[in-house]
Amino acid sequence: MYLKVLFMKEQQSLETLKDIKRMMERSSRFISLSGLSGISAGVFALLGAWISWPYVYGFKNLFIRPGAALYSNGNAGYSAIFNTWVFWIAAATFVASLISAFIFTSIKSKRQGIPIWGVSAKRLMTQVAIPIVAGGIFLLRLIHFGTFGLIAPGCLIFYGLALVNASKYTLDEIKWLGYCELLLGIINLWFVGYGLYFWAIGFGILHIVYGSFMWWKYERNTAGNDD
Amino acid sequence: MLNPINNLNKLFDSRVRLGILSALMVNDSVNFNELKELLEITDGNLASHIKALEENKVIKVEKGFIGRKTNTTYKITKTGEKMFKAHIDALEKMIQSTK
Repeated sequence: MYLKVLFMKEQQSLETLKDIKRMMERSSRFISLSGLSGISAGVFALLGAWISWPYVYGFKNLFIRPGAALYSNGNAGYSAIFNTWVFWIAAATFVASLISAFIFTSIKSKRQGIPIWGVSAKRLMTQVAIPIVAGGIFLLRLIHFGTFGLIAPGCLIFYGLALVNASKYTLDEIKWLGYCELLLGIINLWFVGYGLYFWAIGFGILHIVYGSFMWWKYERNTAGNDD
Repeated sequence: MLNPINNLNKLFDSRVRLGILSALMVNDSVNFNELKELLEITDGNLASHIKALEENKVIKVEKGFIGRKTNTTYKITKTGEKMFKAHIDALEKMIQSTK
């Protein structure tokens, strides 16, 4: 009899400890990141890659004003970058992905009753921004020196690092997306002419696969019933 | 043999209270709505548990504003931290004692 009581106490203690661990994790992570955000970002990335393909591979003129000088003092100036179609396509893709990701995530966070601009969301944004901003500056300098072939692998690598970093502050699965982006970026370093294809796989296909998986795992049961 | 059950704090003998403290242990501060969402309970239920923890000086309450809306946040006190850690230790000992 005494043993039985002891066993029950042990089970209860274990349950309580598990509960505590779960609460600690849930309260320190931003869990409203929607899988649909990933899917939409992926779709925009594929669309952007498709539109820029003829410009990148020489079927259409890369430059908006073809007469303008590409190089000054042997370096590609920033003004030359702004003179390319690809830059503006990339910028539009980025903004469209960001806005759509924000919309889907705010819908999900509203459904969960979590403030989208709460402590956990801010912490997540900061942790994502650190590698992205550092990487962005690094890539701008690469462009300045005309090393265009390293832009796509650079984007993938820094984005991968940002996601791995982010995994401590949101749903943990995002680290696997991060590892895949990193791997893809590193492989791309040896296939420099194929940057756009790697970019399309990394930002397009991987996002769609990851987003679908996350939606299927966490959201398929809750979608639609706004209580 | 020392009975580990004696070290379990009666004040923490509730899933909700443990949940509140778990959240406050890993965050500087948490507001009312975040706790409500985390624990999936009603306003009244949460408020009563918070009151009990506050009266025992385990947590402290800070009232502030975000724009015009009131924003009440909670923090764990030093005493609260010690009590929570002791409680977890007791739980662990209880598991080990039967091994």
